[in-house]
Amino acid sequence: MTLRSLFLATALGGAALAMPALAPTAKAQMFEPETFTLDNGMEVVVVTNRRAPVVSHWVWYRVGSADSPPGKSGLPHFVEHLMFKGTENLAPGEFSRTVARNGGTENAMTSNDFTAYFQNIAKDRLELVMTMEADRMANLRLTDAEVYPERDVVLEERRSRVDNDPGARLSEQINAALFLNHPYGNPVIGWYHEIESYSRADAEAFHAYWYHPTNAILIVVGDVDGAEVRTLAEATYGQIPGGTLRPRQRLVEPPPQVARRLVLEDARVSQPSLSRAYLAPSQRQAGWEKAHALDLFAEILGGGSTSRLYRELVVEKGLAASAGAFYRGTSYDETAFRLFAMPRQGVALEDLEAAMDAVLQEALDGGVTELEVERAKRRMVAEAVYARDSLSGAARIIGSALTAGLSVDDIELWPERVEAMTVEAVNTAARAVLRPERSVTGWLQAPTREGETG
Amino acid sequence: MRKFWQGALMSGAMALAVAAPVEAAKVERVVSPGGVEAFLLHEPSVPLIAMSFYFKGGAQFETAATAGLARMTAALLDEGAGDKDSLAFRTELEDNAIRLGFDANRDGFSGDLRTLSANRELAFELARLALNEPRFDAEPIERIRAQSIAMLRRRENDPNTLAREHFFRTAFPEHTYGISERGTIETVSGIERDDLVAFIQKQLVRDRLHVGVAGDITAAELAPVLDRIFGGLPATGPAPEVAAITPLGGDVLVVPQAVPQSVVFFGHPGIARQDPDYYAAYIANYIIGGGGFQSRLLQEIREKRGLAYSAHSFLLEAEHSPLWVGGVATNNADVAESIRLVREQVAGMAAGEISAEDLAGAQTFLTGSFPLRLTSNAQVASLLVGMSVADLGVDFLERRNAYIEAVTLDDLHRVAARMFDPDALLFVVVGQPQGLEG
Repeated sequence: MTLRSLFLATALGGAALAMPALAPTAKAQMFEPETFTLDNGMEVVVVTNRRAPVVSHWVWYRVGSADSPPGKSGLPHFVEHLMFKGTENLAPGEFSRTVARNGGTENAMTSNDFTAYFQNIAKDRLELVMTMEADRMANLRLTDAEVYPERDVVLEERRSRVDNDPGARLSEQINAALFLNHPYGNPVIGWYHEIESYSRADAEAFHAYWYHPTNAILIVVGDVDGAEVRTLAEATYGQIPGGTLRPRQRLVEPPPQVARRLVLEDARVSQPSLSRAYLAPSQRQAGWEKAHALDLFAEILGGGSTSRLYRELVVEKGLAASAGAFYRGTSYDETAFRLFAMPRQGVALEDLEAAMDAVLQEALDGGVTELEVERAKRRMVAEAVYARDSLSGAARIIGSALTAGLSVDDIELWPERVEAMTVEAVNTAARAVLRPERSVTGWLQAPTREGETG
Repeated sequence: MRKFWQGALMSGAMALAVAAPVEAAKVERVVSPGGVEAFLLHEPSVPLIAMSFYFKGGAQFETAATAGLARMTAALLDEGAGDKDSLAFRTELEDNAIRLGFDANRDGFSGDLRTLSANRELAFELARLALNEPRFDAEPIERIRAQSIAMLRRRENDPNTLAREHFFRTAFPEHTYGISERGTIETVSGIERDDLVAFIQKQLVRDRLHVGVAGDITAAELAPVLDRIFGGLPATGPAPEVAAITPLGGDVLVVPQAVPQSVVFFGHPGIARQDPDYYAAYIANYIIGGGGFQSRLLQEIREKRGLAYSAHSFLLEAEHSPLWVGGVATNNADVAESIRLVREQVAGMAAGEISAEDLAGAQTFLTGSFPLRLTSNAQVASLLVGMSVADLGVDFLERRNAYIEAVTLDDLHRVAARMFDPDALLFVVVGQPQGLEG
C-alpha cells in the first residue's frame, strides 16, 4: 500500500501550494453546517464538532492565482506571504508570534481559485484570531524592507517546488500546453521572471482590490455553534465595510483542436514516467451529474489497486510500476481529467502508452459496467465518512467548493447524488471528455542523444 | 478597526496568563484474556475506528545484503492472505472502504487499520489474516519489487533523498543506521520469498508489539479483538543485534548535482526520549528550529535575509543513537552563508543565549497546542501507540503538559550546553554550492 500511495501523492502534488493535494469533492460528507451572511456580505459557514475544546478558523478569499494581473503570474501567492508582514496594529511577524504564544498553529495556501488562511487554536482564543484576521484583511501595511526579501523567499520556494524537480517541471509544462488561453496555464507560484518583477505597489493594489468581506468566506469548525460565531463575527469582520464582489474576469479557453505531446529530457531522470491531461469541465460549468459521472469514471478506470488501469498495466501485463487516473471537479473554470503511469524497468514509454490507450479505449467503447459503477459508488460514499475525522478537513472541503462556485448543498447532497448516478451517464460523460484533441501527453525521460541535458 | 482591536488584545493577554488546562482524555489500558495490551481512547462521535500498531525491530533485522527487506515485507502484507489472493484481498478492502497498510523504518515495523464501525468485523478479520497468514504469492512479490525499484530510481537523483542518505551513510559507517531502509536496487532485486517468511517470523512477535486504538469501540469490545488479531503470533523471538553508536561529525560533505538550489541536511547527537533531560531538549529544539516562524533558524535565514523558503530542525529519536537534525534549501550562491548561520545559532544555544521569555513562549505554545493533537481518531491512535512504545504510561496525556511546564531556565541552559555543539555538526550539501570546500 505504501508504495502505491506515495506514487499517487507525487502525481497529485501541485494542485495547491503550502498543503497536500486537496481532498476532491468526491471525499466530502454531510457536515450539517450552519450558514449565514453578515450585513457587509461576508458569508459564514459553521460546523459544530465538540470532540475537543478547539476550533479550526479559516478565511477564504474568492481569488486565486488565475486572477493574477497580466505579467504578474503568482502575485496572489506572494500577497499570501505578505499577509504575515504586519498591519497598522501589528508589527511584522507579530501575527504568527501571537498565534504561537496562544498555543495555535497556522498557515495559508493559494490555489488557482482561492487564497485561504487558517489557525487551529483553543476555542477561548477564537475571538483573538478573528480579530487579527479581520485586521489584516482591512489594515495590511507593507514596507520595502519586508516585501523584497520575501520576494527572494518565493523565488527559493519556486526552486524547491519546481526547478529542483524534473517531474514538477513537466507538470508545469503540461498545464501550460493544456490551457491555450485561460490563466490556469500559468503556474500557481508564478513564472520565475514574473516573480522577479513584483513590486510593493503591485501587492498593495491587489490586496486593496480583492481583500474585502464581500469577497471572503469565514469557515469555523470545532467546539462552537453558529450563534457564538455570529456574535464574534459581527464584532470583528462585521466592522469592515463590505466592498463589492469582484468578478473573475478570466480569458476564456477556446475549443481544443489538436492533441499535444511533450517530452521533457533531464539528465537527473533515471525513472521515466508518462502523464496525460484531458481538458474537462468543472462541476460549476457542467453541473453535478457530469462532474460526478467523471468522478465515478476516474475511480473505475484508475482509482485504486482494483481499477482497470492498475489491474491491466501493473498486475496483468506487468508493464507498469504504477498507473491510475483522477478528476477534480472542484474548479471554477475548466479542469483536467488526468492519467499517469510509470514503466517497469526495461519497458519503453511508447509501449506503456499504447497499452494505457488500449485500456482507455476499451473502457470508452465497451463502457464501464453496472457492477463497476455500483462498486465505485459504494466505495466513494463509504470513504466520505473519513472526512469527518478531522476539523480542518471539513473546512478544506467546504472552502474549496465554495470558492469554486459551488454551494454547501453541493457538498451535503454529494452522497445521495452519487448514489443516483446511472451507468449511461458515466459512459456518456467520459466519451465526451476523453477525446484525443482535448489532451496533452507528457513524457519524462533521460536525454536520448549525446550532449543533451535538462 | 482600532476600537475592537484593543479589547481583543487584552482578552488575548488575559487568556495567555491562564493557559487552558488540557482536557485530559480518558485513555484506558486494555489487556486481552490472552495478554495482549493496548491503549484505547473510546470516542463514539464519528462511526470510525483507528488502530495503529508497532513492532520494534524494522530495519534492525536487516543486514547490508538484505537492505529494504522490512519495507518490502510491509508492502506485501496487504497483497493476499489466507485463501484470498491479492485481487480478492484488495477488493474486500476497497469495496468496504477499509484502509489497511504497513510500513517499516530503521527501528520498527508499523501497521494502520482504519474502518467504518459498520465494517469492523471484516476489517479485524483482514488484519488478522494479513499478519498471521500472508501468502507472498509470486505475482505480488515481483510487482512490489518492480515498484520498489522504480521508487529507488525515481529518488536516485532527488536532492532531498540524497542529502539525507549521505548524512546517515557518513555519520554511521559500518552500522545498520548507515544503510537506507529503502535498500538499493541490488539488494531489493535479491530479496526472495524465503527472506520475507524468515523476516516476519522474527519481526511479528508479541513481545515486540504495541497497540493504540481510538474511536467507536469500547474496552470490553476491544479485548477479544486484540486476541483475535495478535493472539496467534509467537510470544517472543530473537532480538536484533544492534549496538549503540555515536554519529561521526564535524565536517561538510558536498555531493555535486546540477540543480539551481542546494539542499542541506545537518545534525549531531541529540537526547533520548527516556532521558530525564528530554523535555528541556524538546523546548530547546522548538526555540532553535522546531517552532516554524518563531524559530531562530527561520527568523535568521528566511525572515531577515530571504535566503531560503524552509529551515527547520527536529529531534530524531533513533533507538540506538538519538539525533538532533535539520535542513535548509538555499540557492547555490548563498549556501555558505546559510551554513554559517546554522552554526552561529547552534553556538548561541550552546553558550546559553536563551532568555526566560524564550522559555515562556515555547512552554505556552507547546502546552496550549497539545489539545490540537486530539481531534482525529487517526492522530490519537498514532499518539497512543507512540506512548506505549516509549513506555510513558496510560495517564501520559494528563501529565504531559506538567513535564513541559516543569522545565526551568537553568535546565534549559544546562541541556542546551549538553546537546548543542557547532563543531560536532555534520553538514551534507547536495547541489552546486559556491564558496564551500567539499
